[in-house]
Amino acid sequence: MTDASTPETSPRGKPSSSLLRQDARTKKRNASEARFRTYGAVAIGIAILALVALLGSVLYNGSSAFRQTFIALDIYLDPAKLDKDGSGDLEKIAKVSTFGYAPLIKAAFEKEFEKPEIGVEGLKSKDAAKMISKEGPAELRRYVLANPDMIGETVRFDFLASGRIDGYFKGRVTMESAERDKNVSPQQLQLADQLKDAGLLRTKFNPGFLTRADASENRPEAAGLGVAILGSFYMVIVVLVLALPIGVATSIYLEEFAPKNWLTDVIEVNISNLAAVPSIVFGILGLAIFINFAGLPQSAPIVGGLVLTLMTLPTIIIATRASLKAVPPSIRDAALGVGASKMQSVFHHVLPLAAPGILTGTILGLAQALGETAPLLLIGMVAFVREFPAAPPEGLFDPAAALPVQVYNWTQRADPAFVERASGAIIVLLVFLLLMNAVAIILRRRFERRW
Amino acid sequence: MSAGLVILVVFLIASAGFYLGRSRIIRAAGGDIRKLHSRPNYYGLTVALFGAVPALLLTIFWLILQPVYIENQVSKQIEPGDIPEGGSLSLVMSDVRRIADGLDVAVADGVMTEDKIATLDTDLTDLRARLGEVGVAVASDIKPNVFGAATVYRELASGLRMAMAVVVIGVSLAGAAFAMLRIHPGYRARNVSERAIKALLILSSSVAILTTIGIISSLLFETLHFFKLYQARDFFFSMTWNPQFRGGSDLGILPLLWGTLYVSFVALVFAVPIGLLAAVYLSEYASKPVRAFAKPAIEILAGIPTIVYGLFALITVGPLLRDYFAQPLGLGNSSSSVLTAGVVMGIMLIPFVSSLSDDVINAVPQTMRDGSYGLGATKSETIKQVILPAALPGIVGAVLLAASRAIGETMIVVMGAGAAAKLSLNPFEAMTTITVKIVSQLTGDTEFASPETLVAFALGLSLFVVTLGLNVLALYIVRKYREQYE
Repeated sequence: MTDASTPETSPRGKPSSSLLRQDARTKKRNASEARFRTYGAVAIGIAILALVALLGSVLYNGSSAFRQTFIALDIYLDPAKLDKDGSGDLEKIAKVSTFGYAPLIKAAFEKEFEKPEIGVEGLKSKDAAKMISKEGPAELRRYVLANPDMIGETVRFDFLASGRIDGYFKGRVTMESAERDKNVSPQQLQLADQLKDAGLLRTKFNPGFLTRADASENRPEAAGLGVAILGSFYMVIVVLVLALPIGVATSIYLEEFAPKNWLTDVIEVNISNLAAVPSIVFGILGLAIFINFAGLPQSAPIVGGLVLTLMTLPTIIIATRASLKAVPPSIRDAALGVGASKMQSVFHHVLPLAAPGILTGTILGLAQALGETAPLLLIGMVAFVREFPAAPPEGLFDPAAALPVQVYNWTQRADPAFVERASGAIIVLLVFLLLMNAVAIILRRRFERRW
Repeated sequence: MSAGLVILVVFLIASAGFYLGRSRIIRAAGGDIRKLHSRPNYYGLTVALFGAVPALLLTIFWLILQPVYIENQVSKQIEPGDIPEGGSLSLVMSDVRRIADGLDVAVADGVMTEDKIATLDTDLTDLRARLGEVGVAVASDIKPNVFGAATVYRELASGLRMAMAVVVIGVSLAGAAFAMLRIHPGYRARNVSERAIKALLILSSSVAILTTIGIISSLLFETLHFFKLYQARDFFFSMTWNPQFRGGSDLGILPLLWGTLYVSFVALVFAVPIGLLAAVYLSEYASKPVRAFAKPAIEILAGIPTIVYGLFALITVGPLLRDYFAQPLGLGNSSSSVLTAGVVMGIMLIPFVSSLSDDVINAVPQTMRDGSYGLGATKSETIKQVILPAALPGIVGAVLLAASRAIGETMIVVMGAGAAAKLSLNPFEAMTTITVKIVSQLTGDTEFASPETLVAFALGLSLFVVTLGLNVLALYIVRKYREQYE
């Protein structure tokens, strides 16, 4: 290991090396030292590079999801089409289906074509109307039903442009790809350019991405995260309401009251093993017990919340026990010394002192629950849900989506516009996780006590 | 009355009991609380606990048993002739449930009245259309017996719901009244309520055990059911996985197991050296500022949900590996492959391996390091020849834990590994894993009748057993090793 035993450095011979001049073997050892050190640095570098690539790829692909192309059009709400007998009777107006509103958009394009700077040879107003999202007529109908007295007026609407037109301004669709695409033509793209120059077409921040419900396969531009965010919120609430009290009660019992016997050992081993059970197994449990046996509805936040509760319980219990353990025994002794009962010493003194640690652990547990996907797939949260769930408690039993599952759902669809939206949804998810972790860190910094 | 409302009423009774009990005992003591055995709040708490706990426990049991009882009663109404060819009783029962719910919705919307439903018995032709109006789709024509079952279902459900409200609120009131009559100034209210609270704490701890029992029993029960329909020997030893919806499928676990192990192996080959070297560098070489930056940065990787890794595999790593490695080398042209899933899973496991190894390396006593330095060894020689051998059992434990995580991981393989069950050595080919198949066989399906669905439970049980085994082994090794240096 050292040079001491090698013949070169024997005291009788002439020293072949000194501290100032390294011999070959020392050089070799030093080189291997430097090499090993470099390996370590490279490992750190790869790990950090992976983190940067991961976040960078999501941000790069997803940031455009928050911006969307809109086309502003002056729509004449034609009484001849919407309210044929002029009675203003809402029931009769409601009979006009979404299809009945499409001609209004066509007419608006015809009007635009009268302007000299707008118009592409060979592009009819019917094809131009296809540049508007299929959601457009439905929006128009909702507006008219809400404001029936506006019939006969001309109103300016900001319509979502169809996914392909939006893709053109985000670089996903080009003139060449449009040649081969049956959903969009180069003429439409030319018209889009003209509309942009005329100030009618704009790409701007799209709040609908956060507030709208999911949309079907062929209208990616209208798909939003509203239902998913609400569903995830409901589930986190269920987890908080159930897992926090059960977790804290379990920890208090195990840490403060449990006698040392086989039953306590069984519970302890159980909890540490539950923490390592693959999450998908909890999904099977939820499907078999909550849906099939107890008859709870599929896709409901209550089932998701219950499954995630069972999954996060070990995390919360482990964190709570650690913070209960960190409270010094002198606090308990002092409370007992002035005549408190065991229960009083725990609930009046130990628990309040451990509260910041418990809260931090709980928030981290909730963050884990918020990002979990696999068990939710099994209990039917992948279903296509367009209706917002009602307010709790009934809303907990309504079908809903969840943020991570919505991401998975969107990656399974054919239209490439959904890839952008899936990455955008991930950004929303990561922002929520970041906020929760920040709160946990602040709590820890602010209230952590070293004894 | 819905269950939520009943629970709310119980809580109201309990809080009213708290204040009534408290004020009653103060009055009984003539306003001098020194005459009481316990502080007044404990008398209130005793009344509240007596009012709430038995009633809530009763509610839980009622809610669990009610559907079972109704199911039992209603299925008597259904005769073998009502079950369509190729269907099953559970399918008919779900129809019954849907019709019953639909009738409830129809009544709530005002499309039908209760009287009308009572006279419907004779004419069922337009019922289906009417249910459709309120947004309830019923699969086939409604048979008289099925409709009869649905009406029985509705009657039982509404009757039992009413009964539950009456019984639960009655129990709650009775409990509170009982406690109110019992309390007197000498009553040991603190001891009574503390004993009750302790019982509640014990009850909470049993949730963990119940979860495990739930997992094991649901897996075991349905797996046995599966093995009745499908030969266990074929499941464990067949080399093909080819589910058919018309029956006659090959459901061999071996191709799935191979995919699982292959992906996990790639992940570990990627994660273990990087994680280990990173841990060594951070604990032995890194300067304070580097450590303060790099350690949390690596830990961020552990906090990122797996769906993010899945998307990363799907849109970035997969196409990258395909375009720059697989296609130029002529090894395949699929963007989902074993390598894609393995590499991304490896990234996910880096913080796992590194933080576990960090603990293990830090547990090696400083005296061993000092001894090695004192003999003239360099840092890397100390690490390679003293610290790592001493920490080896712990590191093995960490690797086993990482392997168990890799085997149970779902989203990355669902989005990165592919769906074709193959036994192949080419890492650029798409293969599939146990977890992927659990998801695909079970998603959105609740009729556990065919072996194609039930196989998911057998797969789940295999997964559970393997990961549990790895965990127990790893924890055993780590514990053994810790004892060595304590």
